[in-house]
Amino acid sequence: MPQKSIRQALNEALRQEMHRDPRIIIIGEDVAGGAATEGQRDAYGGVLGVTKGLIGEFGEARVIDTPITESAIMGAAAGAAVTGLRPVAELMFSDFFGVCFDQIFNQAAKFRYMFGGKAKTPMVIRTMIGAGRSAAAQHSQSPYHIFTSVPGLKVVVPSNAYDAKGLLIQAIRDDDPVIFCEHKLMYDLRAEVPDEPYTIPFGEANIVRDGDDVTVVALARMVHYANEAIDALASEDGIECELIDPRTTSPLDEDTILESVERTGRLVIVDEATPRCSFATDVAALVADKAFDALKAPIRRVTAPHTPVPFAPNLEKLYIPSPEKIAAAIREVHAYAK
Amino acid sequence: MSEITAITMPKWGLTMTEGKVLGWLKHEGDSFAAGEELLEIETTKITNVFEASEGGILRRIVAQAGATLPIGALLAIAAASEVRDAEIDAFVAGFVAPEPTADTAAEDTARAPHDIDAGGKRLRILDLGAGEATPIIFAHGFGADLNAWMFNQPAFAETRRAIALDLPGHGGSTKQLDKAVDAESFAADLDRALAALAIDKAHLVGHSMGGAIALVFAQWQPDRVASLSLIAPAALGPEINADFINGFVRAQRRREMQEVLALLVHDPALVSRAMVEDVLRYKRLDGVQAALEALAAEWFPNGVQRLGLAASLAGLNMPLQVIWGRDDRIIPVAHAEALAGGVPVHILDAAGHLPHMEKSGEVNRLLARLIAP
Repeated sequence: MPQKSIRQALNEALRQEMHRDPRIIIIGEDVAGGAATEGQRDAYGGVLGVTKGLIGEFGEARVIDTPITESAIMGAAAGAAVTGLRPVAELMFSDFFGVCFDQIFNQAAKFRYMFGGKAKTPMVIRTMIGAGRSAAAQHSQSPYHIFTSVPGLKVVVPSNAYDAKGLLIQAIRDDDPVIFCEHKLMYDLRAEVPDEPYTIPFGEANIVRDGDDVTVVALARMVHYANEAIDALASEDGIECELIDPRTTSPLDEDTILESVERTGRLVIVDEATPRCSFATDVAALVADKAFDALKAPIRRVTAPHTPVPFAPNLEKLYIPSPEKIAAAIREVHAYAK
Repeated sequence: MSEITAITMPKWGLTMTEGKVLGWLKHEGDSFAAGEELLEIETTKITNVFEASEGGILRRIVAQAGATLPIGALLAIAAASEVRDAEIDAFVAGFVAPEPTADTAAEDTARAPHDIDAGGKRLRILDLGAGEATPIIFAHGFGADLNAWMFNQPAFAETRRAIALDLPGHGGSTKQLDKAVDAESFAADLDRALAALAIDKAHLVGHSMGGAIALVFAQWQPDRVASLSLIAPAALGPEINADFINGFVRAQRRREMQEVLALLVHDPALVSRAMVEDVLRYKRLDGVQAALEALAAEWFPNGVQRLGLAASLAGLNMPLQVIWGRDDRIIPVAHAEALAGGVPVHILDAAGHLPHMEKSGEVNRLLARLIAP
């Protein structure tokens, strides 16, 4: 099966869906080209090249470059969605959600509910998350937990190219607003991706590896860091961890997490976002609520600290949960005896 | 020096890179015959028993239960009793597992499945082996794909061309089905595939729905079928487990699929999470759901098999056999028992609906005996 990067998988998903359904449009900053130079509109295809080639194939009525105005992009997308198109809007950096959150949080997320189920809002917001490029505090955050807390939004946080394609197609075909979070350091990560279109249902976690000793839950880039830590623990300490990638934080596959913890009795959650009112706290609360009797050790969360993302590379490196910190948490939880 | 035989980690299926020794079924010092089960090996896809390819004495177990080792790694030593321990020590110390090279990478590419144009239809096949001997063709069952033959196809590729194909609607083949999805339609696809592969005559092996397709092909063009092996085939009686068919069509999630797939086998431990994931990945492809629904409605309307061809088996004039697992929970073994006397029937103990995977050694021997008596 062909190996594709996350970038290629996303591009292929968009292209195949736009061929299938003429109602799908793309709207955002630089999605057509990126250079904004006449004759070179197709040069880049978004700041990270995900939409490359689409303007040439589908034209400017379906691949719409906008001024730098996130509120207009999201407002236009929400309006287009509720009146019959299926927009894929791009919010270049998720950090910018602040200026357009009314359109997302108070409009798109509420339409179906407030119109008594008569309105559908089939829009996707593709957006970049993640630290690690020294992009500083305003371009490095991972605020998926904020989106996750909003009823009416679905939130996708993929960790590999296979999931990225299937989840993006699922997001496009979904009749509710979906926030699709892409980690900015993972676009070149490759995996086997079928050429044919396919969908992955929301709320179905991926079990990355099996193990009976400790349950580890992680998202996006942290799945890979956790896997690295677990590899080391398996060979050095003989600890076998079950690694769960929920893939979507809303809806959340509670059953897979609970079933695993009921077997292992030990849980470590890895989350690149800040720790307060976060994905990690959400999963910890879930397990404390519904699998308390199964727990043999305190739940440990490995997260960023409660600070802005530092610009200095050495501090940023400390900020991001590392395989070493993950391994230490797993060891501690594994060794814990009541 | 007397002969020392290295028993090494096998490669099962296209994606296997390493395996885990689950446990030894023989002890050091035990002698064993060809075909006897030596140990159990778990891969990410499947757990299976490793059978001795020739007889010997198990002199030394090198890989203990629990060890995870790459393909080609030394598992054990077989040698005659006169071989001294010191010689075995020296052999173990000097053993070097073959490193993956550019050659093996190229070999892997050659061993990968590819698409063919079968009269305008895109079909994926895995085409292994070569030689003058009549080729052998494997046709899988409902919802499966060419990987179903991972324990069988390589054994026959050593002596002849051995081809497993994905039927339309399955695996990597086109998901666009003809309007007719009955056995005749699939037999016509098989005919197109053989034409595209320039194969005039072949040994046919079909499992379940693929068995019924092979049978219909053999009735249609008997001169092109060198032998016919039907493994738990459809179309030999009305009963079929509707819970399996409906459950397989309906299941979208891991847990549902795990329960459904467990019905296929005698030992549910055979169904690994990776196997479930592979089936889910297939089911997620656009067009698969519609294809499976159409097939289920045509072949098994209201939970009963539409096609009944048992009476026609006796009229076939090519070498023929029917193989069934005694604990088949999808199509009852009674269909095989009802044939007794008319055609050669082999019922395998401790096997469910997938005897070619669960009892691959026995099935391979039965196939080999029919193909080259």
